[in-house]
Amino acid sequence: MIRVTRAYRFSASHRLHAPGLSDSENAELYGKCNNPYGHGHNYVIEVSARGPVEDRSGRALDPRALDRLVQDQVLEPFDQQNLNTGGTVFEELVPTTENLAREIYRRLAVGWPTAFPGAWPALEKVRIAETPRNIFEVSGHVQT
Amino acid sequence: MLITKRVEFSASHICRNPLLSDRENEELFGAAANPHGHGHNYVIDVTVEGDPDPVTGMVLDLKKLKDVVNREVIETYDHRFLNYEVPPFDHVVPTAENIAIDIWNRLAPHVSKVGGALQGIRVYETNDLYVDYFGEAA
Repeated sequence: MIRVTRAYRFSASHRLHAPGLSDSENAELYGKCNNPYGHGHNYVIEVSARGPVEDRSGRALDPRALDRLVQDQVLEPFDQQNLNTGGTVFEELVPTTENLAREIYRRLAVGWPTAFPGAWPALEKVRIAETPRNIFEVSGHVQT
Repeated sequence: MLITKRVEFSASHICRNPLLSDRENEELFGAAANPHGHGHNYVIDVTVEGDPDPVTGMVLDLKKLKDVVNREVIETYDHRFLNYEVPPFDHVVPTAENIAIDIWNRLAPHVSKVGGALQGIRVYETNDLYVDYFGEAA
């Protein structure tokens, strides 16, 4: 088995504000990230998949198939968007990078069987860097 | 404990399976099937597992590991056209996956002599594409 990892980038803005909390509680909880006008990041995501190496191609994954999946499921909906107003789950859910990592994993898992119809490769994990110093990782068994 | 030694080499390759037609190769590999080849600056992470020796405080002598990696990998791969000059890539497609497996096979018997056990090989073909191989058992 081989693990293949491919990196992608997108830029988006967000505001951390939990609807179940008061304005002052939000300000205290999220600090600067609660700024009502929002702020942005250059996100770097790494998608890892696991599988055997095919004899025919010498590969465990067709990178072009993964590129198409990530383009449709992640870059198209999130790149150059305001996450809070972009028509995704983050209109309701706080767009912390924890929640973003889970949502990206979920979106990839939903599209995976179409992009990769065989038994392999399998989606293994998603790693997302909000900045070069804050990095989040989710793997397997995220509810789709 | 895991220790990782990073090395680099530059090499050219063609992603082409000699058993397939030109058209099939182009469909499978796209631009990477260009018959004149293309190259990468490969970055290799060699990760070794072991317990630090109570006297030396080290898992292994990193200089010895470097010598082994230079001898077995860098001297073989650096500034080579992999398909033409580095077996098994005369008949195995030199994808990052197969390079990781080949480097593992070249290093595993020697690393155990230096101390520690080979735990993983990571091959970066570019900053944005890398593979990990942890041996046949994993």
